[in-house]
Amino acid sequence: MSEIPSRYAPRVRSAAERRDLMSYVWGLALALVLTLVPFAMVQWHWAAHTALMVTIGVLALIQVVVHFRFFLHIGLKRKREDLWLILFSASLLIIMVFGTIWIMVNLAARMAIPM
Amino acid sequence: MSNGILQHPFLDLEARQNKQIFQYPGINLGTEHEEAHTQAESMLFGFWVFLMSDAIIFGMVFATYATLVSGTAGGPGPRELYHLGPVFIETMLLLASSFTFGMASVALKYKHPTSALVGWLLVTLVLGLAFLGFELNDFSTMFAAGGVPTRSGYLSAFFDLVPLHGLHVTAACIWLVCMLGQIAVHGLDTKTKLGLLRLALFWHFLDIVWIFIFSVVYLAGLA
Repeated sequence: MSEIPSRYAPRVRSAAERRDLMSYVWGLALALVLTLVPFAMVQWHWAAHTALMVTIGVLALIQVVVHFRFFLHIGLKRKREDLWLILFSASLLIIMVFGTIWIMVNLAARMAIPM
Repeated sequence: MSNGILQHPFLDLEARQNKQIFQYPGINLGTEHEEAHTQAESMLFGFWVFLMSDAIIFGMVFATYATLVSGTAGGPGPRELYHLGPVFIETMLLLASSFTFGMASVALKYKHPTSALVGWLLVTLVLGLAFLGFELNDFSTMFAAGGVPTRSGYLSAFFDLVPLHGLHVTAACIWLVCMLGQIAVHGLDTKTKLGLLRLALFWHFLDIVWIFIFSVVYLAGLA
């Protein structure tokens, strides 16, 4: 078992290593862009309030996917149980977070609490 | 190959190794690491379950913050208390530490000299501690401006959310020191490798939580 892989190992390993390394470099580059853009937009008021909020939200979600893909190596081609667990947790989060905000904002409106 | 690690009795362990069907979240060590690689599948998936439950906790604290953000009770609000500069530095520090931990993972996987691995881990630790220093300075600035947790519902929610992440980073830094001690005492044995793989997941996860914090709390608060 140890004879044959070791003969081919150096070439295979260096290619795999470059791929793993580039994953982190790409992740860093994309995350930097996705961070710098919203910070610059807020710093220099590049857009109206609503457009700014939507852009911040969308870029944050893209950056989360970038971190999952390039730093945590979770992708569609990999072991699917990890992805299922993320998607299940994400669906729970969406139900609970947006459910909470919906109910509380609705309650505030009905009780005339400024929100 | 020892017998105690056979976790899938219906499949030949060696056949599974050769087909590289051991896979888990984060960087995969590969068959070169034999026992650490085969044990990582169940261990890292278990740790992943913990991370997702932690994500639910953070999600509910975020929802609390979102419902209370306008409840300033006449006290200082986000515009008076937040400063974009330090938050930007904190974001860069955490992103850089995620990258340097990635370099440490590559050094571990491809069996670089242990000194290289320890070097990347030390850089990561310094970046993590610098992040905590900037964050504590933020909090003291807020306190000085009257932004204490007891002032309003908004401030209670803020100090529930952001320091919770800071506590996680503190725990991760302590864990990192423990891993350095484990490397020093035991070397890179299977337990140490599995610990480093789990800490890497935790570290990258905390960076993802921070994306939500700088977007939802700071950028939305100052937009």
